[in-house]
This record gives sequence, C-alpha cells and structure tokens, in this order.
Amino acid sequence: MSARIGVVTFPGTLDDVDAARAVAYAGGEAVALWHGDADLKGVDAVVLPGGFSYGDYLRCGAIANLSPVMSVLTPAAEEGLPVLGICNGFQVLCEAHLLPGALTRNQSLHFVCRDQLLQVEDTTSAWTNAFEPGQVITVPIKNGEGCYQADDFTLDQLEAEGRVVVRYHDLNPNGSRRDIAGIRNERGNVVGLMPHPEHAIDSLTGPSDEGLGFFVSILRTLTTEGALA
Amino acid sequence: MARVVVDVMLKPEILDPQGRAVEQALSRRGLSGVQHVRQGKHFIVDVDGDLTPEVLADIDRVAAEVLSNPVIEDYVVRTDVQADGA
Repeated sequence: MSARIGVVTFPGTLDDVDAARAVAYAGGEAVALWHGDADLKGVDAVVLPGGFSYGDYLRCGAIANLSPVMSVLTPAAEEGLPVLGICNGFQVLCEAHLLPGALTRNQSLHFVCRDQLLQVEDTTSAWTNAFEPGQVITVPIKNGEGCYQADDFTLDQLEAEGRVVVRYHDLNPNGSRRDIAGIRNERGNVVGLMPHPEHAIDSLTGPSDEGLGFFVSILRTLTTEGALA
Repeated sequence: MARVVVDVMLKPEILDPQGRAVEQALSRRGLSGVQHVRQGKHFIVDVDGDLTPEVLADIDRVAAEVLSNPVIEDYVVRTDVQADGA
C-alpha cells in the first residue's frame, strides 16, 4: 500500500495538479482534499499547494486559514501529521501559527519568477531527509509576497534549533530576512517554503528534478515510521 | 446600527515597500516636504444594536486574530464614527 498524501484545493489554488503529480512521481497516492470539507480522508500527510487562495484578500493565506479543512488540519499538524506548505501554503501555515513569522510584499515590489538556487540546510525534517546537508538545488520561485519576516528573537531561535530548512543561495529574490526560503516547526513534521519543488520533478518540464526530493522524503518518512507497515 | 472602525498598520519596524513607493511617487508629483508614507488598511464594521462592552470585546478579538496579523501589524479600534443611514 502506498502512502496517501492529501493535496488541498482552495478557491484560487493554482498548483494542486502539479503537487499531486509530484506525489505520484515519488511513488505516493495523491488524495484531493477540498477547502470546504472538514475532512482529511485519513491521509498520511498533506500538501498545501501554491496559488492565490481567496484572491489573497485580507492577507495572503488569512482567509484560507479560516476554512473548514484548516479547522481539522491545524490540530492534526499540531499532533504530528506531516504538512508541507509551498508558497501560498507557507503563508497559510504562518497564518495558522503552525510556523512562526509572516510573509510580506517583496522588497522590490516586483513579482519574482525565476529558477532559484537553494541550499538545503536541515535534512532532519519529514520533508527533507532525502537531501544531503548543504546540498544546492534549483527549483522555480514565483511570488509577490515572499519576504519572510520575524523578529530577531524568533530568527535566532530558528537558527539555533536548525529550523531553517532551505536558504536562498545565489541571491535573495524577495528581501527575506537572513535569506530564509523555508522553515520547519520544532518537531519537523511541518515545513513551509516559498519556492516550488513540485515544479522541478522532471527536467523535461522544469529546471531540474531536484524538487522531487521533498516528495521522496515524505514517502521515506512514512515508511520508516512504520505508518504504512 | 452602530459603526466601529478598525485601522491596521504594519508595525513601525516592518519595511513597507508599498508606502515607500507611494512616498517616491508623491515627490515625483511635485509634493515637496513629504518625509514618510506608510500604507495600511481601514475596516468599517457595522453591527446591530448598541456597542456594548461585549460587542466591543468581540470586535477587539477579531481585530487581533483575523483583521491583523500580530507578527507584522498593529491595530486600533475606534468608535468615534457615525454610521451612514443609521
């Protein structure tokens, strides 16, 4: 039996199909989850994909955080369910306070869309254990509000606990503090990042296949933990 | 009906690129002496009945938890406003 990974669709989500495809490429079964249903369908892990949920009204991810699916996902994540938030999904995780900090408008005010070099710094999380520590990967980034902000105390704590999962490598595309591209919670089951690994799973359709590591990692995590034994 | 206004602004230490862009545009428009512009959000909330302490406490709670993000924003709740057509 293969791992069942939920992929949530909100109104305005764009990347649910690519996220589901990435799950399948890694050998998992993608399960569609709907924003309006307070039902996780018994999945083993969840991906919150990118896009512009609820048109980015109020703040990016703020209205999605109040949706029925989040009313069950947030407590499940607090109990250890692995969750990966990509781009808008990262914003939702911050709004849900599953991850610290917030994403604000890019310092340049421009929407950034490019192939981005990232350094994977933490390989202990549920979503990054297939990478080598320090590995540099190329995945696309595309956001208008990807500037990671948190106070110095929080940033120091994230660094000290090794919770900066990925950092911008060649340049910082949005002004994020300390070049932070992605972080994890204390336990390592919840990871959020602005770049899009699901768009880099096959060199035919992306800049590399190095994003697949996030999805391979979660399958490895679920197998190792014996969740599927 | 009663009206409450909630103003939400980025905290002073958070960079406001939108405000900075407006600031630069104002000087291009020939307005001299503009030191600083910051941009925020203004919510008009009309509620049934009177503004009891309970109603105000509810509004304060949603202002803190929904209308603003405490990580990056401050909010002010104001009641010194007239509701239209009340």
